[in-house]
Amino acid sequence: MQVIEVKGLTKNFGDFCAVDRISFSVAKGTIFGFLGPNGAGKTTTIKMLTTTLKPSAGTMSVDGHDPVLEQHAVRRTFGIVFQDPSLDEELTAFENMELHGVLYGVAAPKRRERIQRLLKFVELWDRQGDFVKNFSGGMKRRLEIARALLHEPRILFLDEPTLGLDPQTRNHIWSYIKNLRLEQDVTVFFTTHYMEEADRVADELVVIDHGKIVAAGSPQKLKDMAKAQSLEDAFIALTGHAIRDEEASATDRMRFTRKIWRRR
Amino acid sequence: MSAIYVLWLRQLKRYYRSRSRVIGSIGQPLMFLLALGFGFGPMYQKAGGGNYLQFLAPGIMAMGILFSAVFSGMEIIWDRQFGFLKETLVAPVSRFEIILGRILGGATVALIQGVMVFVICTIVGFRVERVLLIPVALVFMFFIAVLCAAIGTAIASVLEDVQGFQLIMNFLIMPLFFFSNALFPLEGLPPALRLIIRLNPLSYGIDGLRGALTHGFLFGLGPDLLVLGLVTAALVALGSYLFSLIQI
Repeated sequence: MQVIEVKGLTKNFGDFCAVDRISFSVAKGTIFGFLGPNGAGKTTTIKMLTTTLKPSAGTMSVDGHDPVLEQHAVRRTFGIVFQDPSLDEELTAFENMELHGVLYGVAAPKRRERIQRLLKFVELWDRQGDFVKNFSGGMKRRLEIARALLHEPRILFLDEPTLGLDPQTRNHIWSYIKNLRLEQDVTVFFTTHYMEEADRVADELVVIDHGKIVAAGSPQKLKDMAKAQSLEDAFIALTGHAIRDEEASATDRMRFTRKIWRRR
Repeated sequence: MSAIYVLWLRQLKRYYRSRSRVIGSIGQPLMFLLALGFGFGPMYQKAGGGNYLQFLAPGIMAMGILFSAVFSGMEIIWDRQFGFLKETLVAPVSRFEIILGRILGGATVALIQGVMVFVICTIVGFRVERVLLIPVALVFMFFIAVLCAAIGTAIASVLEDVQGFQLIMNFLIMPLFFFSNALFPLEGLPPALRLIIRLNPLSYGIDGLRGALTHGFLFGLGPDLLVLGLVTAALVALGSYLFSLIQI
């Protein structure tokens, strides 16, 4: 059964075509990797699937609902860990979870029970009363994963969940995600720049470049296709050697300013 | 409903956890109160206006509310930049509920701030002349707070980053305060200035506050409430519309 289906999805920003008529589908219960260089259109696609950006053309179905027409129905079906942090740092870990639970309408007794279970699952239960601003990058990511699972979503979107983390933490996070599928039967849709991670965890992959899908299949199939030893070699063979430049967004600039101000 | 409540609660928690913000936002009104109240007091007395502090205090309370509420509304910019906004925007909650929770949260914070200024005013010598009307004064404080939080929200929904903050401060918020009846009475003013003050919605809030606490209403209780209520409703509508346009 296909839990996500995308047909001819397109997004234009003015003259620039960020996503160009892509089609793919994700089977229920799989770990699905969405790979591509910087600016390939990965995050734009996730934004459209998760109702925060309207597509220019094409159709999508997320767990049987249309993200454009049935926003709330779609929003209830997925949990998401964004590429950038999205916690309230002035609140505690528990309060962040609680707020999410209320927003998603999880009833109080169940909410408490799930919060406890999930915080234990990501090994943060001991730190539940601590302010998030005192957490390390890895702890924040784990908390975001726990939070994304609180309302029992059927799909978990992870946009570069291991970016900027050390190998230990990355390993840890992927082991949670694999366990998750065994325990809770969720479909995982992730993006990453770490090819060996994708090789290790993904059942199916799609490689996107310049807004177009250039390859799709299991990690092994992609390696065979590109006649490469590793997925990284296959990826470079598929997408070329050119380095992609991304302009710093207002957000990046502001984060930088905040870092300076926050230095103690 | 519970979404509105939980977002309201969040604003309050953030407020009382940040001592520096509480003290910082008291500082400015206090300075105005002491410097203007006691500095211009003798002159005002000589000109036959009576006790200037009695006139000024409601204006300073409104000022405390104005700055605090606009600032709270503009917290959306920070939430947008530091990610938390996304968390609320992908939740199965309407944008209107989100914005209402935020406006009410910001307004409540500003109301607390206004009451604190009120207490300080009483300490430095302000005397409430009509104690029974204090609840009416609180109603006006709350309206001013909602109005200003809605202004902050509307602005923050349009601004991309904090760079524009100074511009808004100098060309919108400061004029809103200075071109109102907060600091001086309307009598004998040039007609143009009088007109501007009468067009400023904040003037009606200050008049209501002043009317309830000391001097009686200049525009009248009914007109004050009506104008303030209508403008507040319009700004809440505008704020939620602009907020609904945000794409992340």
